[in-house]
Amino acid sequence: MIKLNVTSVMVLDQDEALDFYVNKLGLEKAQDIHQGPFRWLTVRVPGNPEIEIFLQEPGPPVQDEATAAQLRELIAKGAMGGLVFQTDDARGLYETLKARGVTDFTQEPVAHAYGTDMGIRDPFGNAIRILQPAKFAQAATA
Amino acid sequence: MSREVEDLNRRLLRARDAMDRAYAEPLDIRAVAAVAYISEAHFIRTFRVVFGETPHRYLQRRRVERSMFLLRETDRSVTDICLDVGFNSLGTFSRTFREIVGEAPSEHRLRNGPMLAPNCYQMAATRPSVAATRPLVAEAAPATKSSSFGEATAAAAP
Repeated sequence: MIKLNVTSVMVLDQDEALDFYVNKLGLEKAQDIHQGPFRWLTVRVPGNPEIEIFLQEPGPPVQDEATAAQLRELIAKGAMGGLVFQTDDARGLYETLKARGVTDFTQEPVAHAYGTDMGIRDPFGNAIRILQPAKFAQAATA
Repeated sequence: MSREVEDLNRRLLRARDAMDRAYAEPLDIRAVAAVAYISEAHFIRTFRVVFGETPHRYLQRRRVERSMFLLRETDRSVTDICLDVGFNSLGTFSRTFREIVGEAPSEHRLRNGPMLAPNCYQMAATRPSVAATRPLVAEAAPATKSSSFGEATAAAAP
């Protein structure tokens, strides 16, 4: 048996990332362990404890300063991948995010055959997609 | 120094996102540059350095990608699709499409059907690189059917 336990997203500032992913997106803090300059900081979806997201800030001791500088530039130009979440109410979440001050929408909610999706960026440039699968819409109207 | 580059990159990304959102509208390069808080000339120059192509070319490839999507997914006429994605003349659209994709819009429609993949996947995966800069492998292929999302072809994507 194998299952996904921790994935990571590269961020430019762990405190700012924690604020965004918890207070804006609605995740919760999971682990926050300081070890010298290293900080193991993870968040997770409430009620979904199996998978944590490591908010990783490039730099020593994991990366040397030059490598970290390259990573930071790549994060800021949106070249470092991202995360995909599911919701049972994309439009409701869109309104909630706007009310919480999120402005960086790459796509407002759009309905497709497979569901309603939208896109935002975290404060650093990472892409986040949020999908409300069509089955939730059907269940809601059934 | 690096923090300045990060800040500039983030602002350029925000401007690029603005072009992606409003691809069907006429390109107002000054307004897009304003999203990045820089002058028009500086925007065009630095965008090219950071993303490897001019803002104009980036937008053209987004428009062509959206036109490929509409050719695959709808029965709308080539002229309607040309206008839908932000071109204002069929001649410019056809020339740009052929230059980037390597075939005419009508040929693309004949050879491709709907793709069973989420829209964001299609927007990322099928945005064409410019045909002249890569071998025209597609020309040699027999009438290819579009891949279904989740099958082998799609699974090979990152």
